[in-house]
Amino acid sequence: MKKCGSIPADVRQIVGSALAISVAVGVFAVSFGVVSVASGASVMQTCALSLFVFTGASQFSAVSVIGAGGSVASALGGSLLLAARNSVYGLSLAPTLQGSLGKRLLAAHFVIDETTALASAHDDLRLRRWAFWSCAICLYVFWNIGTLIGALVGNSIDPETYGLDAAFPVVFTAMIVPHLRTRNGRRAALFGAIASASLAPFLPIGLPILVATLGILFGVSPSKSGAEIK
Amino acid sequence: MSWWLVVSLAVGAYGFKALGVVALGGRQLPTVVQQCLVLIPAALLGALITKDTFTTAQDFSVDARLAGLLVAVGATWKKAPLVLVIVLGVGATALARALG
Repeated sequence: MKKCGSIPADVRQIVGSALAISVAVGVFAVSFGVVSVASGASVMQTCALSLFVFTGASQFSAVSVIGAGGSVASALGGSLLLAARNSVYGLSLAPTLQGSLGKRLLAAHFVIDETTALASAHDDLRLRRWAFWSCAICLYVFWNIGTLIGALVGNSIDPETYGLDAAFPVVFTAMIVPHLRTRNGRRAALFGAIASASLAPFLPIGLPILVATLGILFGVSPSKSGAEIK
Repeated sequence: MSWWLVVSLAVGAYGFKALGVVALGGRQLPTVVQQCLVLIPAALLGALITKDTFTTAQDFSVDARLAGLLVAVGATWKKAPLVLVIVLGVGATALARALG
């Protein structure tokens, strides 16, 4: 009998944690599917978002703005701003993802929060690659299956009865936590929260969110950035 | 929902991902630009939380969603796993709505 020792223990551990993350994200994807169809997207559109956009916060943000009655432009604006952080992740992953152009273009689709976090947890290049690709593949599969299930379920229930309209703030609350570790992150979050709530009655739907992005200017403050207190 | 949104979002999101890995691969953005870019999620998610809790279209409203938010904040504070945070938050809203 062949022992499973043919796969090194460290690689097996990495694939295991990629799978664990992916299962959780799959359940998360179900909630995306439900709220997306509840916000007026079709099952096809909901699945297309998960297949081709594949970055959770942007997807949730877009359907949240559309569901509230916002314009396509404002939904797109907020959603793309959220996607912009993936370019910074890409920069940090670039040394890990070297290879042919085709391979890098493929890898780019999977440059998101989870794959970056898992890959950057290792120093060894081989393990970084294992972490990135195992997380990318598992996550993509679970994210899309979860989305489909959620979209089909969402089509047949009244979301408000089950409190699913609250899935938006609840999901965003869970997502914001890692971004509150730095002082500037907390400042930007507070600024965004206040700007969004206070401007809502005066601006078209979706626009207050774009204004809230000005909170990133806290990142310009030069004095604190070097010795930031956690 | 318009298919235009789906398509432009897919193109735009992929563009940002590929920008870092393929176009800029190996080079570095100025530190201040990177510092600002990484703050986008904090500012935007903060804005989305208050928007989705306290507004309906353009109107300010306090309803059962607040119960869900408070429970979610509590569960996150206690380091509950993501799935549990969602279930508890959504459940609290459903309960508050049924009782209210």
